[in-house]
Amino acid sequence: MSERGPANTAATVPHTRNPLPALAVAALATAFLITLLLVESQVGIAALIAGAAIATIAAARQGLLTRITAGLATREDLLGALCVAGVLVVTVFFHEDHFVLLMVATLILFVVATLGLNIQFGYTGLINFAGSSFLGVGSYTAAVLTMHTALPHLLVLLMGGVMAAAIGSLLLLPVLRTRGHYSAVVTIAFALLFKTFLEVNDILGGPQGLAVAGMDLFGWSFNDNIVIGDDFELSFYANYVLLSLAILVVAFIFVRRLDRSWIGLNLDAVRLDETAAACFGLNILRWKITAFTLGNFLIGVAGALYGMMLGFIAPANFTFGDSLILVSIVLLGGLGNAWGLVVATAIVVIIPEKLQAIQEYRFLLYASMVILILLFRPQGLIPRPLRTYFPGFRTR
Amino acid sequence: MSGDAAPLLTARCLSKLFGGVVALDSLDLDVFGDDILGLIGPNGSGKTTFFNVVTGIYPASEGEIRFDGRDITNLSTQAIYRSGIARTFQRSRLSLPLSIFDNIMIGNHKRLNHGLWFNLVRRRAFQAELEENVATARELVRIFDAPLSERLLDPVGGIPMIDRRRVEICRSLISKPRLLLLDEPSAGMTGEETRLLMDDILEVKSRFRDLTIIIVEHEMGVIERITNRCVVLNFGQKIAEGTYREVAADRQVQEAYLGME
Repeated sequence: MSERGPANTAATVPHTRNPLPALAVAALATAFLITLLLVESQVGIAALIAGAAIATIAAARQGLLTRITAGLATREDLLGALCVAGVLVVTVFFHEDHFVLLMVATLILFVVATLGLNIQFGYTGLINFAGSSFLGVGSYTAAVLTMHTALPHLLVLLMGGVMAAAIGSLLLLPVLRTRGHYSAVVTIAFALLFKTFLEVNDILGGPQGLAVAGMDLFGWSFNDNIVIGDDFELSFYANYVLLSLAILVVAFIFVRRLDRSWIGLNLDAVRLDETAAACFGLNILRWKITAFTLGNFLIGVAGALYGMMLGFIAPANFTFGDSLILVSIVLLGGLGNAWGLVVATAIVVIIPEKLQAIQEYRFLLYASMVILILLFRPQGLIPRPLRTYFPGFRTR
Repeated sequence: MSGDAAPLLTARCLSKLFGGVVALDSLDLDVFGDDILGLIGPNGSGKTTFFNVVTGIYPASEGEIRFDGRDITNLSTQAIYRSGIARTFQRSRLSLPLSIFDNIMIGNHKRLNHGLWFNLVRRRAFQAELEENVATARELVRIFDAPLSERLLDPVGGIPMIDRRRVEICRSLISKPRLLLLDEPSAGMTGEETRLLMDDILEVKSRFRDLTIIIVEHEMGVIERITNRCVVLNFGQKIAEGTYREVAADRQVQEAYLGME
């Protein structure tokens, strides 16, 4: 990839290029995911989750985790490719299972959305408690556009992002005029307002919601099962897994490059000390607007495809509680760490779905997870490493 | 020094009021090119306020500031930085979770390309700019401390106070400003560390020919050693001006510092 650049320049002295850690982690994660999704008994699932948690803590205690992450840092492209392969393996493995594939696609779209939130919150320090509302803006845009226009569906996805960014810009004025907690309160107000607005608005279906047409990509209808040969049939949700995976890959590379650039540095500077940043010429408003808009765009794109996948959306899908879940994913994963988001989203999306016993108490679970993380590991499950502008970046 | 040359920075009748408190009281001050000007005075005499007004953090209540012949009164902090004034802070304001290199690059904002397309898509071009800046930053840090220049990717939060001060000064110098404002660089350091840092500052001064420095300092030994001219403030007014020896002998200055009647 062009990320790596010429091999023997001053800034990129190649050192450990061992592919083993990436291979091992990806294989292990895939195998664990498949087992977890296969097991039906509640006791079995609980045992698997507890086992994974204990193994992780033990590895961290032994210092193994730091060594693995250090090994992965130089092979991020490979790890990414292997994770994509892992998702494909899971998809083929569960090819007939609608429920699992819907869950996988949801997970992937949530990662895209939290990547957007991460630009705002993790990098720039703008806390957005209306993440789910912007997801909703994307979904409702998709619903209206597919119902009333013949716009190609890829453009519908793009419009979902554009609409979220545009509606976000309405929020910009109060968000930029306030700081810290107060701008967070503004986004909370927006989240509540958005849901109420949808409920009383008859054109948008009111509390009953709207039907959204399924994705149709150049005549390839996503709501039909994929039939290969005579007897191999994939659930139609596999279509959504593939497309959301493609979107995630683009979004992930985008966010990684953003972080590893002067822009990422500017966003950090704004978060850490606005006054000092302004003394060195940073236009604080410009970078806050950039972060807020880019973040909402990503959330909106994810929302548009999410709506098309669900087929039916209602205000109850986009509540303040859902926004809190998105924020807790960012906190859990490690503020500013894109890889951490993948792990955290998997935990938050899969565990309550599989452990039916705690389904009722999932908010309690999220809340206690956030409190525990903030108390004992405020930097998140996978803390954000120092900025390396390129893999293997050295200053000598 | 003063001679006939036009001053680099002039303040005329500069006042700053916070409610009823007069922090700067019709201050007239000239700084000439090549000066190391010491700005001294008791606590609360308006030294840091003067820096904050010059750099645009606070708007002036009255008066005028000219830099290099141009009126910069009440310009934005960003515009003042671009015109060539950089500063350090009394309470070191580095971004602790970031690396030394990142912190220094924050100071180089005006010379970096911030376009989305350049940063995200043209990664080769970005890498070329990055490597150029790595080399510049390393050269600059080497003036201060050679071992430190080999550790540019260490987090600032993990290095000792004197190195943090050095990084902070590097952050201000990287954009090649014409005027450097140092706000109590010795704060929180031992006598020996202060001496080393002053060596660094004199070394910087000898290398950057047209750099002018204003330094706020409480350590009179530092002032005596490195400044060629001093201005003494008390209650926001200038009460004396001259070489360190002249102002130290001044009766008003002694009264301000020791409270003699």
